[in-house]
Amino acid sequence: MIKLIGILIIVLGFTFKLDTIAVVLIAGVTTGLVSGVDFMTILSTLGEAFVKTRYMTLFLLTLPVIGILERNGLKERGAHFIKGMNSLTSGRILSFYMAIRTLAAALSVRLGGHVQFIRPLIYPMAQSASENKLNRVLSEKENEQLKGVACAVENYGNFFGQNVFVASGGVLLIVGTLQELGIIVEPYSVSKAAIPMAFISVILSFVQNYWTDHTLSKVQAATQLEKEAK
Amino acid sequence: MKSMILEIMYLLTGMVAIATGAYALTDKKHKTKIGTGVFWILFGIIFIAGKNIPYHIVGIILFLMGGLTAFNKVGCGSQELSSEEHREEKSHKIGNMIFFPATSIGLIAFAVAQFTNLGGLVGLGLGSIISLVFTLVVTKENPKYIGYESSRMLQQIGSTTILPQLLASLGALFALAGVGKVISEIMSGIIPEGNILAGVTVYCLAMAIFTMIMGNAFAAFAVITAGIGIPFVFAHGANPAIAGVLGLTAGYCGTLLTPMAANFNIVPAAIMEMKNKNGVIAAQTPVALVLLFLHIVVMYLWAF
Repeated sequence: MIKLIGILIIVLGFTFKLDTIAVVLIAGVTTGLVSGVDFMTILSTLGEAFVKTRYMTLFLLTLPVIGILERNGLKERGAHFIKGMNSLTSGRILSFYMAIRTLAAALSVRLGGHVQFIRPLIYPMAQSASENKLNRVLSEKENEQLKGVACAVENYGNFFGQNVFVASGGVLLIVGTLQELGIIVEPYSVSKAAIPMAFISVILSFVQNYWTDHTLSKVQAATQLEKEAK
Repeated sequence: MKSMILEIMYLLTGMVAIATGAYALTDKKHKTKIGTGVFWILFGIIFIAGKNIPYHIVGIILFLMGGLTAFNKVGCGSQELSSEEHREEKSHKIGNMIFFPATSIGLIAFAVAQFTNLGGLVGLGLGSIISLVFTLVVTKENPKYIGYESSRMLQQIGSTTILPQLLASLGALFALAGVGKVISEIMSGIIPEGNILAGVTVYCLAMAIFTMIMGNAFAAFAVITAGIGIPFVFAHGANPAIAGVLGLTAGYCGTLLTPMAANFNIVPAAIMEMKNKNGVIAAQTPVALVLLFLHIVVMYLWAF
């Protein structure tokens, strides 16, 4: 049982937002020591595993490309591209963004973000699309709902699309972790295995977006009925 | 051949890290220039010379790096992105051509993985180098920004860059110490012997719940896979690629449900000026629960 102390240290350390790297190192050393592993072996086990998993950090090679493209307006161009779709309903705007975001994540294109896209672009477009269609201003409650779903599509696309990329952080974490546990698996087969869940998440998001459109117009109908009753 | 190309890639990666360290050390406005510089240069050395340094020395270097982050000595520098006007102007000048180098990294990596036997990692490296050439051609940017932008971006991402590698190393230590064995002994009281469906269910649920507690699916993956995934799912002959990726994304379902993942759930709610600071989580909950359920179904049907 005492061997589980490392897990406890990680849970507590992450929960209290202590320095992540120090927490992981302390958890490792403590686990080793209570299990009777000597300090030299702990150091060399950590060092060996770290050297053998260097491939997990190869994404550093993509940074110059991403940085220079950002300097030259990659995100701005992405915004122009998406603005071209302003004749859609709010649900369809969100679905369109979901599809683009998933595809971008699958190709390891860093095109997205709540700050960069949802707040300045996607949410306002969705909001005005709804207001145009319903011919009135959205209520605070409706706006809250739309904001929540708009933030959600960014997360879905990011999370479930990224592992389709063969050298994404998640794929390499899987390969590296399994390797250290004695199972050898190729990054490419892991990334291919991520495709079905990426599809499923896109479909579920489409359903949610459609539902959002539906409930927004339903609330409208309800308020009209109330008015008529009065 | 493949391992030689990979060593060259590690060399280049190490150079990106060392360039970052050099930029930090010479950055007069940097608040933690010594710590940040030393951190990235040490990291670069492990990449370039890793194979030739005794492993316990690498272990000591890791502790030095951990000491620097623990005392907040690793931070961001003064390098900045170009101005908004400049980016706007460039985005009109370059047009949709800018998407070409942006997508070519992924496409080249995919092509190398699919059509050669060099694998996706070599593909990533080749894709990065070729795309860098495309990038310079398309944007006509001064090549001095290769180092500058690497440094800006890496310092922005920060010390968590090394977290995946560190978690895998923690997994190695856990394996050596027999942590997985202890967990599996405890769990074997709950999971019936040889019941694959029960094993898959507990693995996916544990990934989601641990991720919710820790706010980090990567850390949960290292721990839960060693303790539950290996004995109750992988040991029964699961396809490791399928069970592995579904295990991780089952954790992502947990990420959608927890305020601990503040960057994804709480900060956005604040950015959107939402009344309910858990409003994003509320919107994500139905989808996350359905997805988690589907993870169990798909892993059970597809991985075996």
